Amino acid sequence: MQSGAVVRTVNLVKIYQTGGLPVPAVRGVDLEVADGEFVAIMGPSGSGKSTLIHMIGGLDTRTSGEIWLDGQRADTLSESGWAVLRREKVGFVFQFFNLVATMTVADNVELPALLGGASARQARERREYLLGELGLTERAEAAPAQLSGGEQQRVALARALANQPRLLLADEPTGNLDSRNGRDVLRLLRDIHEKGQTIIVVTHDAKVAGMADRVVMLLDGQIVDDGRSVRRTSSKRPGGAGDVIELRG
Amino acid sequence: MRLHLLALLAKEPAHGYELKQALELTFGSAYPSPNIGQIYVTLGRLEKDGLIRAVDVEQSNRPNKKVYYLTAAGREALDAWVDEPTEGPRVRDEFFMKLILAPLTGIADRMTLINRQRRHYLGLMRDLTDLTEATDPANRPAMLLIEGAMLHLQADLDWLERCQEDLTP
Repeated sequence: MQSGAVVRTVNLVKIYQTGGLPVPAVRGVDLEVADGEFVAIMGPSGSGKSTLIHMIGGLDTRTSGEIWLDGQRADTLSESGWAVLRREKVGFVFQFFNLVATMTVADNVELPALLGGASARQARERREYLLGELGLTERAEAAPAQLSGGEQQRVALARALANQPRLLLADEPTGNLDSRNGRDVLRLLRDIHEKGQTIIVVTHDAKVAGMADRVVMLLDGQIVDDGRSVRRTSSKRPGGAGDVIELRG
Repeated sequence: MRLHLLALLAKEPAHGYELKQALELTFGSAYPSPNIGQIYVTLGRLEKDGLIRAVDVEQSNRPNKKVYYLTAAGREALDAWVDEPTEGPRVRDEFFMKLILAPLTGIADRMTLINRQRRHYLGLMRDLTDLTEATDPANRPAMLLIEGAMLHLQADLDWLERCQEDLTP
């Protein structure tokens, strides 16, 4: 496999068997994501985008094809083998946060590091760093239910990053947030991407997709577009809203 | 710009340069910086149409300046503008025409057109996101205007997705 690719899928296929009738969800996807790349996957509901990201994260099995993670063949691993690989290499953020309701914010973030074999001290230090970066230090002892949606998603992001994963996967991370909270999560994704984090995000939110280096469009389980978005204004000429938005006079 | 100037004059009489400043102050970076020449031309037309009137105010060492104020007819025109619903935005006509007509001629297929358009919209969205970051959050008109533009863009993208779905059998 080419050096530098964090993810590579080869002719990846997923067929669900519902009531005996085979329903193809992903139909032969070849996707390669380089180290440090931020890729957005878009597509209508039912296009297979969530199935694809779940397979890449090992949360769903493939029907055929190959999945490589950080140079290692992953699709042939046993369930426990996947679990180990996932713990070491992959962080996952979901639309509905999926925090452990009975644990504090701090414990939610420390848990993956502890499961990953970090010492209590390492886990605490990493947690303190992440919560600090995400502006959540004061919420460390709160229960998830006491937090706003935006704060919960930031905690989920901190948890996903606890093990310093090679790959961050996010499934509609702003899908359940209002515009202000969505903006916070968007800013965080951009910040960690600038620090070199490899990210694959499934999203309907054009603000998230616009931030990505590359947008992959899925339709009916197949890639129909894969490329960079085109910036209209150059970064050296920021201008005001009036230069971007034309008010009718 | 006619009605915007009428609205400002309904607040208080002003001369041309004051109107330019008032627009900048109210909208900040959200309004394309108004050209003073364009403001004077518009004021001239409004005066000719009887919607505003001007009085000369003497200034020491400088030529007289014209201060404009709203007439009853101007007030009526402004009321009518405020009271009527505003036309909604239309479908992106030009892209729609391309989408329908270009494939007929064999110049391009629809999938290619839609993909290219999506990349363009996503680039615009990125610009708007950068703009949000660069805009003072206290400037509410500018923030609301940008958010409105983002919502329109999201709707355009959703519509492109519908078009694309429509292409698959």
